[in-house]
Amino acid sequence: MSGAFRLAAGGRIDRAAPLRFRFDGRPYEGLKGDTLASALLANGMHLVGRSLKYHRPRGIVAAGADEPNAIVQVGEGAWTQPNARATEVELYDGLVARNVTAWPGVGFDLGAAASLLSPLLVAGFYYKTFMAPGRWWRRLYEPALRRMAGLGRAPAAPDPDVYDKRHAHADVLVVGAGPAGLAAALAAARTGARVMLADEQAEFGGALLSEGDEIDGRPALEWVGRAAAELASLPEVVPLPRATVFGYYDHNYLAIAERRADHLGPGAPPGLARRRLWRVRARRVVLATGAHERPLVFADNDRPGVMLASAVRAYLNRYAVAPGRRAVVFTNNDDAYRTAFDLADAGIELAAVVDARSHPAGERVGEARRRGIEVLAGSALTGTRGRRRVAAVEVRRLDPGGSAVEGPARTLACDLVAVSGGWSPAVHLFSQSQGTLRFDEARACFVPDRAAQAVRPAGAANGTFTLAGCLAEGLAAGAAAARLAGFGDGTAPPAPLVRTARDGPIRPLWFVPSGRPAARDGGRHFVDLQADVTAADIRLAAREGLDSVEHVKRYTAAGMGTDQGKTANVNALALLSQAVGRPIAGTGTTTFRPPYTPVGFGLLAGRDRGELFDPVRVTPMHAWHVAHGAVFEDVGQWKRPLYYPRAGEDMAAAVARECRAARGGVAALDATTLGKIDIRGPDAAAFLDRVYTNAWARLGLGQCRYGMMCGQDGMVLDDGVTTRLAPDRFLMTTTTGNAARVLDWLEEWLQTEWPGLRVYCTSVTEQWATVAIVGPRAREVLGPLAPGLALDNEGFPFMTLREAEVAGIPARVFRISFTGELSFEVNVPAWHGLALWEAVMRAGEPFGITPYGTEAMHVLRAEKGFIIVGQETDGTVTPLDLGMDWIVSRTKDFIGKRSLLRPDASRPDRKQLVGLLPEDPGEVLPEGAQLVAARPARAIGLKAGRPIPMIGHVTSSYSSAALGRSFALALVKGGRGRIGATVYAPLVGRTLAARIVEPVFYDREGKRRNG
Amino acid sequence: MRRYSILSLARNALSHHQGWPRLWRSPEPRRAYEIVIVGGGGHGLATAYYLAKEHGIVDVAVLEKGWLGGGNTGRNTTIIRSNYLWDESAAIYEHALRLWEGLSADLNFNVMLSQRGVLNLAHTLHDLREGARRVHANRLNGIDAEWLTPAEVKAFCPIVNVARDARYPVLGATLQRRGGVARHDAVAWGYARAADARGVDIVQNCEVTGIEVSGGRVTGVRTTRGAIGARKVAIAAAGHTSVLAAMAGIRLPIQSHPLQALVSEPVKPVLDCVVMSNAVHVYVSQSDKGELVMGAGIDAYNSYGQRGSFHVIERQMAACLELFPIFGRMRMMRSWAGIVDVCPDASPIVSKTPIGGLYINGGWGTGGFKSTPGSGWVFAHTIARDEPHPLNAPFSLDRFATGALIDEHGAAAVAH
Repeated sequence: MSGAFRLAAGGRIDRAAPLRFRFDGRPYEGLKGDTLASALLANGMHLVGRSLKYHRPRGIVAAGADEPNAIVQVGEGAWTQPNARATEVELYDGLVARNVTAWPGVGFDLGAAASLLSPLLVAGFYYKTFMAPGRWWRRLYEPALRRMAGLGRAPAAPDPDVYDKRHAHADVLVVGAGPAGLAAALAAARTGARVMLADEQAEFGGALLSEGDEIDGRPALEWVGRAAAELASLPEVVPLPRATVFGYYDHNYLAIAERRADHLGPGAPPGLARRRLWRVRARRVVLATGAHERPLVFADNDRPGVMLASAVRAYLNRYAVAPGRRAVVFTNNDDAYRTAFDLADAGIELAAVVDARSHPAGERVGEARRRGIEVLAGSALTGTRGRRRVAAVEVRRLDPGGSAVEGPARTLACDLVAVSGGWSPAVHLFSQSQGTLRFDEARACFVPDRAAQAVRPAGAANGTFTLAGCLAEGLAAGAAAARLAGFGDGTAPPAPLVRTARDGPIRPLWFVPSGRPAARDGGRHFVDLQADVTAADIRLAAREGLDSVEHVKRYTAAGMGTDQGKTANVNALALLSQAVGRPIAGTGTTTFRPPYTPVGFGLLAGRDRGELFDPVRVTPMHAWHVAHGAVFEDVGQWKRPLYYPRAGEDMAAAVARECRAARGGVAALDATTLGKIDIRGPDAAAFLDRVYTNAWARLGLGQCRYGMMCGQDGMVLDDGVTTRLAPDRFLMTTTTGNAARVLDWLEEWLQTEWPGLRVYCTSVTEQWATVAIVGPRAREVLGPLAPGLALDNEGFPFMTLREAEVAGIPARVFRISFTGELSFEVNVPAWHGLALWEAVMRAGEPFGITPYGTEAMHVLRAEKGFIIVGQETDGTVTPLDLGMDWIVSRTKDFIGKRSLLRPDASRPDRKQLVGLLPEDPGEVLPEGAQLVAARPARAIGLKAGRPIPMIGHVTSSYSSAALGRSFALALVKGGRGRIGATVYAPLVGRTLAARIVEPVFYDREGKRRNG
Repeated sequence: MRRYSILSLARNALSHHQGWPRLWRSPEPRRAYEIVIVGGGGHGLATAYYLAKEHGIVDVAVLEKGWLGGGNTGRNTTIIRSNYLWDESAAIYEHALRLWEGLSADLNFNVMLSQRGVLNLAHTLHDLREGARRVHANRLNGIDAEWLTPAEVKAFCPIVNVARDARYPVLGATLQRRGGVARHDAVAWGYARAADARGVDIVQNCEVTGIEVSGGRVTGVRTTRGAIGARKVAIAAAGHTSVLAAMAGIRLPIQSHPLQALVSEPVKPVLDCVVMSNAVHVYVSQSDKGELVMGAGIDAYNSYGQRGSFHVIERQMAACLELFPIFGRMRMMRSWAGIVDVCPDASPIVSKTPIGGLYINGGWGTGGFKSTPGSGWVFAHTIARDEPHPLNAPFSLDRFATGALIDEHGAAAVAH
């Protein structure tokens, strides 16, 4: 038997499929079809947690996403899920769950001692105290508050599950598969439109799963079954159960979280994605998201056993669970009478229906009286009793204004209180879509008003609470949505027959007085059960002037829990309205934000984890580098060899060896990663003239030129060598990390500022592989590989391009140099990259050709005073600051030119590029070290101290094999005027001195590039 | 102002908390003030407070179009730090941090400053250089700064993934121990209460619809609650700085973008510092309520709608799980956006304007919250003296004409 409170018959549970589970270490049994909440209730467990602040016993209140109390930790180890709602956890065999709020257990909880302090712990108490002494906040108070706060525990290990993502397009997306949603989906699908129907529950039916309604004279679930079957049979329909539409973004873009494996527990097939994120672009959306029942706010309304009236029906009808043995129904509307009937039908004793209305006269009230149910009209619950569970309630007469109770109290023994304060349409998604709401006085709820996107609410989500109305609205909305998406003529199919009870009006009752003096009433009237917010807290906020609805939320934390106030928000803002004497319509709601219910980080990240977090780009020669022991660095998305250590070598030794090879023999660099942009069109040269600081119009065919580009602010943006391939065609190279940014930059100018220019840019970075053959013996290596190519200085001058076969591969060979040495950069189509590299290495073997990485490349170029954008520049450096006046045209215009004419660009104390020679030639200055003009009197410490004026910083710093000493590049204020001066780099505990020199350290005459 | 303390809390408990006064009055706006501050967020309220406290000027109104603190003050991720690279930025943010350190006591309102330390992770050799440069500059600027190796990062924040084989492995980090977080709403409320106590009028639901200028001088504002005269008008309306400036005919070099933030469901303490990363772009801390508070970069498109694009959230979650693989089963509970005003150099404008008596404080981009006390303090000085304080003189409007930019784009370790 799966629990002493399981009803003998009925329910959508499988009595032949018992499931074992544990809660707080104790074993229980439930049935297939149960949620954790229904299984606990079947075992008589109402008390499932303690409240956050006061540690009051708390029980299951709701039956779905609106549950505020029953927050549990499900599963263990890496699979543990914090903060699951027991009402949404589908039971599986072997499920393990724990409460998250009480220790050692929910029955005896040490934290309950906090309730002694409850008179102090009112809304915002922490703003008023814990201020002195200052450091106690961080050391004492805050850690204590942090330990009290929080619900479950984050897993201690990485999530082993995988998550998938899908894109989808729909003509009509219907959200919610209750009566309105099913009707809408049917009406739309029958037109042939592509329909998606998403519902958060395991099966379609919505509220009908929990009610005993009839459609066409038969149980409503038969209609649900037929509708679901018809939808499943239509090829253009995507039915999505267990799928929560959680976000409604601009342009009818909606996000859906589909649960695929949670309900299977450890039995899920391996490899099955736990969840799937659907990103849907829908032509039309029908929101049939239903409504949430509101609790009534009365004294001690938080005792376990106090539940929403609709939740009681759900447990009775859907799960065949008796949530109690003797019940009281407390309501201000006719809907809750259904709970009374269902309780009576299930054989549960009904103490009374307590109805706040003085003269309830609806059809169901009459039926209750006919059935002999005691109806205490014009009355209210003024209190509850019981330790871990409600044992009795107190009933008194409510005065006509609803502000006081009168007469003697009557005590009703009971272990279940079913409460209904009316219904609030689930307007969350409608509001997220920027639709507006209005307060409907007659129905006492916020309903959708004006839509802002292609969306239509239907059914209870629209404030239509009768089944007949839901079906009719759903059919009409579905047909209309399909027509607007281009399908059908908009005619709604005929609605099935449903009998509608004649209900009387609701009596809005936002606060139920308990008979205590008004000033002391409300401290145990709970509005937000999860955040432990009472009516008194709301009033305190209003009294203190925090009287906008957003202030109340932020001051009291009402509506900020994991349920985001689904049961609390409307009551809270109604209480606020009362406190400040303002109509509810004028108070408004807080903003509804995504997600509707919490969404896993893992699902949002999807497969973009680890290696796939960001694409890894490697060159065609990558495998060779790996095989030869290269150490890599990340440059943008690229993996580049940093150096190639040999056995026993550290980085310094390897880099020195690689540098020596380039300077003294021959070395090779994989330069494939440099950005390459093919620029074509009749106006290509004119375009380059505008984007580069130097002139391009007269560059000859096959000529290369170094170019520099600036931002509009005149600061260096990027640099590289660009070559004229044809009169109307250039090949631009960019720095590795900036390639995409430069292409974007060029396109932005072409598309937004100069659309008249006939220029087309194409990224060809991935299409070419590049091998730089560098060093005085470079000709001896390349010569045999390219027998048809003249390599001498006359036949192949510096800064020119030749097309030739290299190692039998058609190639572009550029005679350019980033090291100052004789150098050929051989470009071949990418798929020949490895073949070329291996051919070069073979051809170079007799000469000891040495592969070198980016670190040696940096050293070699720094010895020559060549800058690296992003290292010698940081967005505040002009070409003039770098001493590159020669590259800035005075005759033509270019991007950034006007900024270079601003006064600040010619300020004498601008930082300028200089060289540094450390006083100690064996000491390499740390890159990033700041420079000061005079040796500081004291060493710098870790703590905050008095500022010392800085004059610059070290941008690049290395030990040079060629120079036999350390050297550095730096940006120094007025640096060129300080050549010869000594500057100091204060480090923690010591200060290094260095002499300012010209920034070219090696081969100042530039002879070596000719070999 | 009735002082708050544990004793006053206990005393009020005896009277069932019926005796607490309003935090601030809710006066009808008068017909004229000496100074009208447009914008009732942290910056505007701090400005009003320091005008009263430091300069003795109380004939001041703060006009807020909605509810106090409803703009970026109540929408940010509450990170506070002063470890900026450039001298000018470091000076103003450090001034702010020192004010933060005494703020709860000064305002008699607990803003819950929690100096739990801010880590800026480095993932590439470029990050290492920039991190080292910033640490050295911070120290010489008198700001606490440390460099941590990956092992030290792990020791300081054990749940950060420092695996060598990560896509972008952690190679080190800068640490500012005095950095941390504060309770953002409390900053607005605390300043409002303290300013109100000194006589400042705080007027909510009062939207400025026009700025009156006569003979090159400002004379007042038009509002949804009528015209209000003023000798000086000070704009502190992040997200709409350029809209307000345009009312006075001033065109600002500002672009407005949504910046999103989100929180997870609350869990027990698991992260006791602030972790920021630029290369793996996300920043994460855990609030006192137990929520993970996260943000990343701005949405690319210009907008005044306080909501962002979903793909930005997806991307920052991927980044979050790179740094914190154990957060895979944590769940996002709420997401939102504010509008940030971004200048071309990613630095703010705290400045006089070409119109006499009109002052602008804006363009803080993503750095607004942490600067709040310092920003209000220097803005109050600028308004009271009609000249900038040396701390904000570099952030004057004319820098866009002279070129004396303070470019934090390339220099700041993280873009906010």
